[in-house]
Amino acid sequence: MSKILIIAEHDGSRLNQATAKCVTCAAAVAGAEITVAVFAADSAAVAAQAAQLAGVARVLRVDHPANAQPVAATLAPQLAALANGYTHVFGPSTTFGKDLMPRVAGLLGAPQLSDIMAVESATRFRRPMYAGNAIVTVEVAAGTQLVATVRTASFEAAGSGGNAPVEAAAVQVELPTHTRFVSVSAARSDRPDLQTAARVVSGGRALGSAENFQILYSLADRMAAAVGASRAAVDAGYAANDMQVGQTGKIISPELYLCFGISGAIQHLTGIKDARTIVAVNKDSEAPIFEIADIGLVGDLFQIAPELERLIAAAK
Amino acid sequence: MKRILVAIKRVVDYNVRIRVKPDGTGVVTDGVKMSINPFDEIALEEALRLKEKGLAEEVIVVTIGPSDCQQQLRTGLAMGADRAIHVQTDAIIEPLVAARVLHKLAEKEQVMLAILGKQAIDDDASQTGQILAALWGRPQATFASRVEIEGGTATVTREVDAGLETLNVDLPAVITTDLRLNEPRYVKLPDIMKAKKKPLDILDLASLGVEALQQVQMVKFEPPAQRSRGVMVKDAQELFAALQKKGLV
Repeated sequence: MSKILIIAEHDGSRLNQATAKCVTCAAAVAGAEITVAVFAADSAAVAAQAAQLAGVARVLRVDHPANAQPVAATLAPQLAALANGYTHVFGPSTTFGKDLMPRVAGLLGAPQLSDIMAVESATRFRRPMYAGNAIVTVEVAAGTQLVATVRTASFEAAGSGGNAPVEAAAVQVELPTHTRFVSVSAARSDRPDLQTAARVVSGGRALGSAENFQILYSLADRMAAAVGASRAAVDAGYAANDMQVGQTGKIISPELYLCFGISGAIQHLTGIKDARTIVAVNKDSEAPIFEIADIGLVGDLFQIAPELERLIAAAK
Repeated sequence: MKRILVAIKRVVDYNVRIRVKPDGTGVVTDGVKMSINPFDEIALEEALRLKEKGLAEEVIVVTIGPSDCQQQLRTGLAMGADRAIHVQTDAIIEPLVAARVLHKLAEKEQVMLAILGKQAIDDDASQTGQILAALWGRPQATFASRVEIEGGTATVTREVDAGLETLNVDLPAVITTDLRLNEPRYVKLPDIMKAKKKPLDILDLASLGVEALQQVQMVKFEPPAQRSRGVMVKDAQELFAALQKKGLV
C-alpha cells in the first residue's frame, strides 16, 4: 500500500491551494493513504484547514520557532525524519517545493520526480521535459521511496468536507544555524493570486514601459483578473519577477488567459498551455501565439485593451 | 585559496525546436546545436564577477558527461574560468549522482562556493544544487537574482513566488542562479585561443568513488498534446462578444 506524505505550503495562517492540488495528485495513486505535514511556528490554523481537505487521512503538526519561515535547510532534515515509513513524499512544484524537495531527496538518497503531471501507478508517472515539448513516462522500481514535486497546473484542488485527525508530531533532529532568513518583499496586491486566478491578463515587451502596464492592471481589475507578464517584459523591468509566466516562471491554468503583445516563445507557451481559453492580441499577424490561441485579434493593444475594458464596464 | 566551483551542463541549444523521436526513445539530438545550459552560463558569469571583484581567486568549471562535453568546458574556459574538470562518462547521470560527484569535488577542492544553474533546460529537474547542499551539509540559496559576499557569508536575494526573499548564509554554500542575476559576457576570439592552453583534467566516476546509479527509467517520450488554432476576430467589439458567449466576461 502507498503511504504518501505531503508537505503543506502556507503563509503562516492560510493553506496555499497548491497543497490541495498535491492531495488530488496523491489520491490518484490507487489505495493511497494521505498524510499532510504542516511545519510552522504555530500550525494550528493551517493544520485545521488541511484536515478539511477531502481525501486526507491524517494531519501532522510540527511546531517549532525555527519553522516560522519556510527555509529549506531548516525544513529538510525535519521532513526527511518524518518521511520514515512513507512510500512517497510530495510537495508542490512552486518555488517553495522546488527549493525544499530536492534537499529532502538528497538527505534520503531517494530519487525525485519533478513536476508530476499525471499518475499512472504508484511507481509510474508522467512529467514534462524540454519546456513541455516532450512528455516523458518515468518509472521507479517497486519499493523505492520516491520524492516528487507536483505540477499544480495539472491537478484540480481537492475539495473540502474532510475531517482528518490532527496530531502533533515529535521530530528530533538538529537544526542547522548556517542559514538565516532576512526578509521577503512581497509585492502587496489586492488582485487575485496569479497562480490560482480564474482569469489572467498578461503583457509582453510590446507594452513598452512599466507605466503602460497600467492599461492591463486597469482591465484586470475590471475583470477581477490577476496580471502576468512574459519574461521579456520582466527582463525589461516593466513587471515584477513574480509576474513571470513560463518555463522558468509560473505555470498556470486559468479559465481565461488574455495576453497582449506577447509573441508566444516556446518557453512562454509552456506556462499557459493548460489554460482553458487563450486569447491573444498582437499587432503581428504572424506571431506564434496565434497558432495556439482560441481567439486571436490582430491589432493595437493600446487601443484594444481600453476599449475592451469599456465594453465590459458598459455591460455590467 | 578561495575557489568557486561552477557546474555546467551540455544541453540542446535554447533556440532549437525540440522534436520527439518517432520511436519514443528520446528527443532528436543528431545534428542539433548543443550549448552550455543558459542558467549555468549565468552561474559562471557570477563566479567570474566575484573573482574580478577580488572576492575569489580561482574559478573551476566542471561537467559530467561524454567526451563531447569538452566543447562546453572550453567555452567556459574562454569565458574566463581558470581550469576545467571533465568527469567523463557515457552513463545516464541523474541529479543525485551529479550531486554526489560535485560533493566530492567541492570537498577535494575546498571551495567557498558552488554555483549552479537553477535548472537545466533539457530535463527541467531543478534538483542538483539542492541535493548537493544536502549531501555537503551546507546552506543553499536557490533561484538567486542578487549575490553579495561579505565576511564569510553570502547575502542572496531569491526570486520566489511571493516576490523577492533574502537569505544570509554561511560559506561555503551552494547558490543556484535565476535569469536576472546577470547577463553573461560574450566570448572573444583571443579568449578562445587562450582557453586551449588552460588546464582541463579528465576524471572518471570510479576515481571519485561514485557509482552511476540510475533509479528512474525513462520509459517513453511523447510530443505534448497540441492546442489547435482557434478563431480570429476583427476588433474589440467582436472579442468582447466572443468572450461573452463563452461566459468569460
